[in-house]
Amino acid sequence: MVHDLYQETILDHSKRPRNCHTMDDANRKAEGYNPLCGDKLKLFLKVENDVVKDVSFVGSGCAISTASASLMTESLKGKTRDEALKLLDKFHELLTTDTAVSQDLGKLVVFCGVRDYPARVKCATLAWHTLKSALTNVTEPATTE
Amino acid sequence: MSTLSSQVSAGFDVEKIREDFPVLKQTIHGRPLVYLDSAATAQKPFAVIDAIRRFHEVDCANIHRGVHELSQRSTAAYEETRAKAKRFLNSRSKNELIFVRGTTEGINLVASAWGRTNVKAGDEIVISAMEHHSNIVPWQMLCEEKGAKLRVIPMNDRGELLMEEYEKLLNPRTRMVAVAHVSNALGTINPVRQIIEMAHRAGALTLIDGAQAVPHIKVDVQALDADFYTFSGHKLVGPTGIGILYGKSKLLDEMPPYQGGGDMILTVTFEKTTYNDVPYKFEAGTPNIAGGIGLGAAFDYVTHIGIEQIAAYEHDLLVYGTEALSQLPGLRLIGTAREKASVLSFVIEGIHPHDIGTVLDKQGIAVRTGHHCAQPVMDWFNVPATTRASLAFYNTTAEIDALVAGLKKVKEIFS
Repeated sequence: MVHDLYQETILDHSKRPRNCHTMDDANRKAEGYNPLCGDKLKLFLKVENDVVKDVSFVGSGCAISTASASLMTESLKGKTRDEALKLLDKFHELLTTDTAVSQDLGKLVVFCGVRDYPARVKCATLAWHTLKSALTNVTEPATTE
Repeated sequence: MSTLSSQVSAGFDVEKIREDFPVLKQTIHGRPLVYLDSAATAQKPFAVIDAIRRFHEVDCANIHRGVHELSQRSTAAYEETRAKAKRFLNSRSKNELIFVRGTTEGINLVASAWGRTNVKAGDEIVISAMEHHSNIVPWQMLCEEKGAKLRVIPMNDRGELLMEEYEKLLNPRTRMVAVAHVSNALGTINPVRQIIEMAHRAGALTLIDGAQAVPHIKVDVQALDADFYTFSGHKLVGPTGIGILYGKSKLLDEMPPYQGGGDMILTVTFEKTTYNDVPYKFEAGTPNIAGGIGLGAAFDYVTHIGIEQIAAYEHDLLVYGTEALSQLPGLRLIGTAREKASVLSFVIEGIHPHDIGTVLDKQGIAVRTGHHCAQPVMDWFNVPATTRASLAFYNTTAEIDALVAGLKKVKEIFS
């Protein structure tokens, strides 16, 4: 049922998103936009010696996209750039394939229900698309298209 | 509520009508389908499905070019739809009716064929604040190409156009006023007759986007005095990929063709081509023949039920739905015009429309969520998106009750 999608952790993070603020001393920023639903997101990163020291976001979106951004910020702190990009790939795999759920994903596994809702995959990946452009220094806003 | 419910069903046999729509007889995620997305596309009755099937099974041939029996049958059936459209819209002649893919192509045809020959630098095109992207972008493209200016009639908080502001926009440079008859995102029925009259007084032409109007209210292009009027078949229980553009003969005669190709010509040599007469001048290539025939069946079906009866029943549904939704705490209707078609666009405080849409879908309820291809409307109301329940004559008060129950469940999950 619908609770497979809206698991407790997702509802919790959508109602009380973590790291949801701007960051004055961020050295990497990116914006994400989902033209289908109008969801917008700004991501702030502090990267030092190739390690994500701090990360935050602001934006407006649905429960899935807000929870995804919130949980992403929690799971990124302390990761190297490469580790972050690898996590992105695994997360994408979680949402779009039927393969076994990777244990490396930690709390992010709560999003496994999204794979049964193809129309909602882009909601869950918006923050991650934005992360990719922040880490690869693309200046154009990331879109889910 | 139950008194209102029995008033709505009086004199309109919706259960009998529902028998005509096979798609409605199914369950989604174990619940009976509640289809509340007819403003996106209407469901199709057997009459339309059968007409398309019969064409492919019995009459299938290309039109306007064969001497053989099948080609003549196909041509007759396809052209019969033009005659039906003439009766449906009350145009003077069937030669004023051009087959297009849909409303979007109808608008693009006018913006391109009429606009490129009649609009020059400094001219002005007027649209409204509640237009669908399809009645914004083609005019923007034209204005950009010609150095013309796009001006926008503003609206109030109810989603009604400000007619005194419209009056101020009109001037001798105004070449075209292009507005929706009924707003897809808000349901507002615009006073198009008055809009057209005012445009004509200023010396401008008019194009009316009738996509959301034709399925729900009686449209008479002569009474409106519209210069162009266009709509899509699929919102009128017809198939996708077919629609009608009405244009006054004199304007169509003067316009250059839209696309070049077969069927739109009289003679072709490498030196010179002479174009076919209106409406064929605008119909290059093999058209959507099956779609055209299906649209003819849709005209017959809607005429048989009666567009006035449909309008009256849908209005009762709208009143019932407005009252039912207004009782939900935290729900705000977007679009509360005094003249309104059966569209219920709304937001619920703290819950994103996409989440509402997904939870409703799990209960078998199909609604549209998003910006409804009307991003400026969303910006005006300062919402990123809305949930939209759009009602058709095959919907029931019980389905509105199901929507309300579904929304209560949504609030349970996200509160």
